[in-house]
Amino acid sequence: MSAAGRARALGAALALTLLGAVGCSGGGGGDDGRITLDFLSLAWQAESVEANKALVEEWNAANPDVHVRYVQGSWDNIHDHLLTSFEGGEAPDIIHNDASDLTDFANGGYLADLTGLLPEELRADVPEAAWSTTEYDGGIYGVPFLQEPRVLVVNSALLEESGARVPTPEDPWSWEEFEAASAAMTRDSDGDGEAETYGVAWSMKEPVTQTVNLALSTGGEVFTREDGKNVVRYDAADSSVAALINRQVHEDGTAAASSLGMSGSDTLPGFYDGRYAMLPLNFSFRQQVAQQAPDGFDWTVLPMPSGGEEHGLAQGVAPQTLSVAEESDHQQAAADFVSFVTEPAHQVDLALGDWMLPTSERALADPALATEEYGWRTGTRIADELRPSPVLGVRGYPEWKDKIATPALQEYYSGAIDLDKLRGKLTGDGQRILDRYQR
Amino acid sequence: MTTTPHVSRPPTRRRLARGAGRAGQYLALVCYLVFLGFPLVWLLSTALKSPQELGSIDPTWIPEHPTLENFRAAFDAQPLLRSALNSALVATSSAVIAVAIAVPAAYVMVRYRSRISQAGTVWVLVSQMFPFVLVIIPLFLVLRNLHLINSLPGLVVVYVVWNLPFSLWMLRGYVQAVPLSLEEAAAMDGASRLRTLTHVVLPLLTPGLVATLMFSFVTAWNEFFFALVLLKSPEKQTMSVILTHFIGAEGVADLGPLAAAALLATLPSLLFFALLQRRLVSGMLAGAVKA
Repeated sequence: MSAAGRARALGAALALTLLGAVGCSGGGGGDDGRITLDFLSLAWQAESVEANKALVEEWNAANPDVHVRYVQGSWDNIHDHLLTSFEGGEAPDIIHNDASDLTDFANGGYLADLTGLLPEELRADVPEAAWSTTEYDGGIYGVPFLQEPRVLVVNSALLEESGARVPTPEDPWSWEEFEAASAAMTRDSDGDGEAETYGVAWSMKEPVTQTVNLALSTGGEVFTREDGKNVVRYDAADSSVAALINRQVHEDGTAAASSLGMSGSDTLPGFYDGRYAMLPLNFSFRQQVAQQAPDGFDWTVLPMPSGGEEHGLAQGVAPQTLSVAEESDHQQAAADFVSFVTEPAHQVDLALGDWMLPTSERALADPALATEEYGWRTGTRIADELRPSPVLGVRGYPEWKDKIATPALQEYYSGAIDLDKLRGKLTGDGQRILDRYQR
Repeated sequence: MTTTPHVSRPPTRRRLARGAGRAGQYLALVCYLVFLGFPLVWLLSTALKSPQELGSIDPTWIPEHPTLENFRAAFDAQPLLRSALNSALVATSSAVIAVAIAVPAAYVMVRYRSRISQAGTVWVLVSQMFPFVLVIIPLFLVLRNLHLINSLPGLVVVYVVWNLPFSLWMLRGYVQAVPLSLEEAAAMDGASRLRTLTHVVLPLLTPGLVATLMFSFVTAWNEFFFALVLLKSPEKQTMSVILTHFIGAEGVADLGPLAAAALLATLPSLLFFALLQRRLVSGMLAGAVKA
């Protein structure tokens, strides 16, 4: 083919491509009188996506007049995605998100108040502590349905060899016992000062959420309300767990310094290899461990330590939520779908798919979640100790977290600054940020 | 009288230095290729590993037990082929349209110097300074009014607008490099302005056109946020959006299938480059010199 011929052929191909693209023009289906609701789901694990799609199909089969369309979303950029959709008037009717994102959207008037739209049965089945994560200014802006606490994923062989007592949700370790167990599992057989096995690996790539949530176990809060305003404090009760982590890394040598810059996933290879005996991880990480652990590797799931009887196994969580867009023309129908998805039996399906815990008390009692396998039983037994994360409802928290708390905590855990300086940054510069949102 | 041709041989030291220099060049080239190829090779290696191997503390370049399971899982979990087709349609269309608009615009800006063309040049530069988040909501509203939300043509329009300033800037440089005397010679030979453009200028611009096409195509192929926000229907989502479906909250990822899908996502761009890269140089002298 000549050059000119090739050029013509290329031009024709491109023109066809253009026509093809234009031919793919958007537009929904024909208007057949049915209500169509868009359900933006952030489920991402294969089992979870499957469970969500199955629920949508079941709903559509039972409700021919209210058709729900499954729209796959992504946790990546979800806030910006939703904000743009809200501003543009094109938001999905039903929105999957997590509770930490609801405050700003509720404050902006983007979410429907579900008070009065949900059945009493659902209201009664989910504990008040969970509902409080989605309440704002007297309204309910989401149904909390999945949550995940931090747990200890532990190498069973190393735990047994250490001789440490095996804790249970009813009789958990105190933080002092945890320190002792970490020391017992730490090994430096060649005496070079660098352990071959560390008792624990704290993954602190994103240090803020877990530092704040675990502060509840020792009676801390970090964020308090004074005269109707959010105030940051970082007293002994708030900083006790952070100080323990710092001590383990820099004084006791029982926690690996190298893991401080890692994400939870990054610490797993070292766990399988026996370099780390215990990993404090979110509950859903069990799925990765179950999938990746070498054959014959024995592991178990233990509750996080307790700061004392008065605090129990308290820790903060920000549940995943289902909300309805304020701009939806069919808020009641959307709320009905949310109620359907969050029925106890369905919450069990979703929890199994996501390796998380349901909020529904009836779902938590389901035999499918009562198994000891993969630590499910440990999770369900600590569920009623979970508290709303202190960060929920704090306007300006994302900026406080990104600009102040993350770098300050990273410096503290790395040993670059001491506790006093950390406190000064969190409560001084940090408070100024929160104040800007509360004028 | 015979003369013996004088053969000047470079001194041995100089030849050695030249050889060493050449070896250094090749070494640098190899290092650069390794640097460029590393992500792709690692991606391939990851895509072929089992979950157990991915969790190993001693990662290997070559999978010990290579498996295609990640590819199967990726295809099972997400509509990769459909999303790849969507990406190809959008990227190709937007690249072609952007270049089609940019070529005459660049020519006018270079050859017809006026205040308008100067203002246009400044505007092109200024438009590059707008942050992404500043334009997304207004753009969203404009597209909604035009009923172009959730449509591939809508996304094409966005990518054309987004790529046009840089495409224009690139082509402007190429047009400037075409000697004006060639156009004057063509005019003296009786060629019309259009004929001069199509038969003299355009062939000389081929490398520029190809480079700009490549730039526009790759930018559109990789773009994520516009596609995420503008396309609601699952059947219209592009590859970059689909890839994020393998990533969960707090950055936890289904690494094997993600690597498999990401590897497949790089293939069209590589193919596009392979097909067009010869054109980058083949048009350098086209139309300028009679054979």
